[in-house]
Amino acid sequence: MSTLPPSFDDWFSRRGWSLHPHQQELLDRAAEPALLLIAPTGGGKTLAGFLPTLAELADGAHKGIHTLYVSPLKALAADIKRNLRTPVDEMGLPIRIEDRTGDTSATARKRQRADPPHILLTTPESLALLTSYEDAPRIFAGLSRVIVDEIHALAESKRGDQLMLALSRLQALAPEMRRVGLSATVEDPAAIAAYLARNPDPCAIVHADPGPDPDIAMLTTDERPPWSGGGGKYAIPAVLEQVRKHRTTLIFHNTRAQAEIFFHNLWLANDDDLPIGIHHGSLAREQRERVEAAMVAGDLRAIVATGSLDLGIDWGDVDLVIQVGAPKNVKRLVQRIGRANHRYNAPSKALLVPANRFEVVECVAALQAVKARDLDGDPRGPGPRDVLCQHIAIRACAGPFDAGELYAEVTSAGAYAGLTREAFDDCLNFVATGGYALRAYDRYQRLQQRPDGLWQLRDPRRARQIRMNIGTIIDTDMLKVRLRGRGGKPLGEVEEGFAATLTAGDTFLIGGRVVRYETLREMVVEVSPRADKEPRIATYMGTKFATSTQLSHRILEMFRSRDWAGLPAHTRDWLELQARVSHLPEADRILVESFTHDGRPHSCIYGFAGRNAMQTLGLLLTQRMEEMGLHPLGFVATDYATLIWGLEPLTDPAPLFAQGDLRAAFEDWLAGNAVMKRTFKSSAIIAGLIERNTPGARATGRQATFSSDILYDTLRRYDPDHLLLDITREEALRGLVDFGRIEELLARTHGRIDHVQAERVTPLAAPMLLEMGRVPVMGAARERLLAEEAAILLATAGLE
Amino acid sequence: MNFFAFQLAGAALRALPSGGLWWPGADLLCVSDLHLGKAERMARRGGPMLPPYEVRDTLGRLEQDLAATGAGTVICLGDSFDDLDAAHALPPAERAWLERLVAPRRWIWAEGNHDPDPVPFGGSHAAEVLRAPLVFRHIARPPGGDGAGTPDSGGALAEVSGHYHPKARVNLRSQRITRPCFLLDRKRLILPAYGTYTGGLFSHAAPLSALMDDPAVAILCGPAPCAVPMPR
Repeated sequence: MSTLPPSFDDWFSRRGWSLHPHQQELLDRAAEPALLLIAPTGGGKTLAGFLPTLAELADGAHKGIHTLYVSPLKALAADIKRNLRTPVDEMGLPIRIEDRTGDTSATARKRQRADPPHILLTTPESLALLTSYEDAPRIFAGLSRVIVDEIHALAESKRGDQLMLALSRLQALAPEMRRVGLSATVEDPAAIAAYLARNPDPCAIVHADPGPDPDIAMLTTDERPPWSGGGGKYAIPAVLEQVRKHRTTLIFHNTRAQAEIFFHNLWLANDDDLPIGIHHGSLAREQRERVEAAMVAGDLRAIVATGSLDLGIDWGDVDLVIQVGAPKNVKRLVQRIGRANHRYNAPSKALLVPANRFEVVECVAALQAVKARDLDGDPRGPGPRDVLCQHIAIRACAGPFDAGELYAEVTSAGAYAGLTREAFDDCLNFVATGGYALRAYDRYQRLQQRPDGLWQLRDPRRARQIRMNIGTIIDTDMLKVRLRGRGGKPLGEVEEGFAATLTAGDTFLIGGRVVRYETLREMVVEVSPRADKEPRIATYMGTKFATSTQLSHRILEMFRSRDWAGLPAHTRDWLELQARVSHLPEADRILVESFTHDGRPHSCIYGFAGRNAMQTLGLLLTQRMEEMGLHPLGFVATDYATLIWGLEPLTDPAPLFAQGDLRAAFEDWLAGNAVMKRTFKSSAIIAGLIERNTPGARATGRQATFSSDILYDTLRRYDPDHLLLDITREEALRGLVDFGRIEELLARTHGRIDHVQAERVTPLAAPMLLEMGRVPVMGAARERLLAEEAAILLATAGLE
Repeated sequence: MNFFAFQLAGAALRALPSGGLWWPGADLLCVSDLHLGKAERMARRGGPMLPPYEVRDTLGRLEQDLAATGAGTVICLGDSFDDLDAAHALPPAERAWLERLVAPRRWIWAEGNHDPDPVPFGGSHAAEVLRAPLVFRHIARPPGGDGAGTPDSGGALAEVSGHYHPKARVNLRSQRITRPCFLLDRKRLILPAYGTYTGGLFSHAAPLSALMDDPAVAILCGPAPCAVPMPR
């Protein structure tokens, strides 16, 4: 057993602390090349990660950077800096700790590069930027440890891939560098370990005591949940009651818009004026920081939040977590519940609030899964190549490189271990020349090969442009929202698409207040405070989580088993009525219900493949219905079903689902589809085909810019084998398109389709009619409607 | 081919799905803002290397419109090239293609702000073109001003221009669509951009609202062009 320096023992005993077993184990095994610690929140995870560093730095002998700490959140870096200061100062250790994020001043950054601290706390993007400098070898010489915090969250996004590529570079600069990953509970620790370690290094997994089972239940309310919607407004009195009973409550929502509405309604009902705040990713930084500070100071009784609070920051006194809306994913639910009660070995307390009748079923299924410790998760695909393209460009900024050496570095990252040299060369070629079949840019290529075989930037001034576009987070185009007037207070941001629907006088919610849209000035939405009008809803695309495969299967199993004891009576009655007038959906069959509503034929398809896949299915099916002359007009998708309406009724759904046809249609359909174009746009931005930021101001005349859709269409027509289209197809199997889950649906149902022609809307389909997020079909029916509408508009205007 | 038929100062005109303007009475096809060579220009200036196929895409559509109309006269209404260097840098195949389109007909390159000088592909060059009752120029003259050649100067002439790349948005019952469009009032017509790599300026943007009289209509491009009151 390794021992700590005496000053550490003194400090621990003064505090009455002793090391947790997992903290001791990380110390004992500190020399291993890679370690992964799985621990619940509050398990002393951060200290476990840093103790070996503090011990190694205690004698003051180390010069330059020793440990790099990377977390997904800027706020977490700042928080850790504060928390580390305490032991370092109290033990009088000669250690310099600094953070470096997008918020760090230019002077501080410059100083950090010239004279790096012993411990540098940063984010994947800031780290990628650091590795792009020519003096990166000097900055990172002597780097001894890297701590990756919240690695389970990073591993779910391209930010993690970018980080692991950056680490592969650092490892080349500092061969002795050891890696430590800190993770919440996950379903497959071995996969995270392989992701973290240098391939093929081993990576031991250390498990902290997971602590007692959480105390988790569904919140029972006097009022019944409504048929549809995600707001959870009905539960507000019961939620307020819980807030009153607890010290501090975190109230999680699945989307920003829902958090806004809930917060608004919570305040309307908050007769005791309990201090309650709101926190989500689209609020202005000033707003978020104020809420965070109030929370740390213990001034708030509750925070209404979204995924922006899923990670890291230690809120200390939270003793209740409420999840409003179906949890969608058991693993995320467990991690959220872990936000409550950070005291080690005290059970976390959590309540689920289903927002509508169907979510009651999903919540009950999730509760069963939590009890069974049955976590869900989808295996990761291979490392995405758009991120690799960006990495190659970043590497070129740092100076000339040898392609073979860079390939060896890249394949040392677990996610890229299977990358072939050919695939790597394609990416290199894309970065260098654009990668087109038509070699049009030989004169202007970005990278060129020197006579000695090394690659370098043709024009070193390009480096600035590349650095300005580092990162893998693609936001939908957002516009800032400010109060009107000189120096108007920033409130946050809304999507450009939403802003475009506003006309002067419209009202919407942001940061929990109702504001009135005044004007759009220099790409800023100007608003005035307004409280006398029912607000419209701000929409944020954000990330829409799909209900996981495992949870969907639990729901279908619950239907099949008729084991409905856990369900409230109103929900049981609803399902029984559905079983009487139609069928309950089954795992190995596709149920299609057709009925007329509001004078239009509707068909509801129950696939239980998750929101994204059901959305894609809607796009595919409507295209085939278009071909069949059924004139579909639009559809709406939820996690469990897709509702399609059109001008003609669907009489025989079987041909729609012929598997080979559907797959072929998928390939075709990739053509004109909006979701696919969005997928393409993200990859094109990450890979560097489209630049978000250019030196100098944002172009003012919008006619100068054109849509990425045009690039996509052009590539498809003239260069269908282009790397970016290949990347787009690969992305389409997961994420927004999620075709992988449609394949899973087709495989398990295997052509078994039940078509119910109902006289009226069925109980399960009824809530679908109230769903938001309707998608129009761009077909002949649309042209017909446009012509009709144009005639009406002209007639109304008295023209022709 | 679908088209939208309308009158301007007594001339019977057709808006084509592609954004081209066909005047059967004068055997004249007018297209604006081709921006040929835009991808080359961006790469040359150190910007992103966009798919280098926009010239053939634009020429392909132009060739189809020429075949469908059999036009004897073509006016390219300015900004035909993204800049003059791009015009000179056209790859041989595309250059030959363009010359093949130009040669058999009367072809007039009106000058634009991106391409103010003559280009070497045949045809003639002009600052503006008068074909009574229409005058063709790249940038619309604002109302008022010195009066020379403006739409309302002599009373009889109307103006056809480009430059602004107008587009318009229409709300259908449950959906919104945005398309490039022609803007039309009694005395003025503004053409959409014809080039593949071109964006658009909304009809409700200040410069367009200021130019167009009330009432004005927006004729939306697309499979079946149709007119709506111009969104302001």
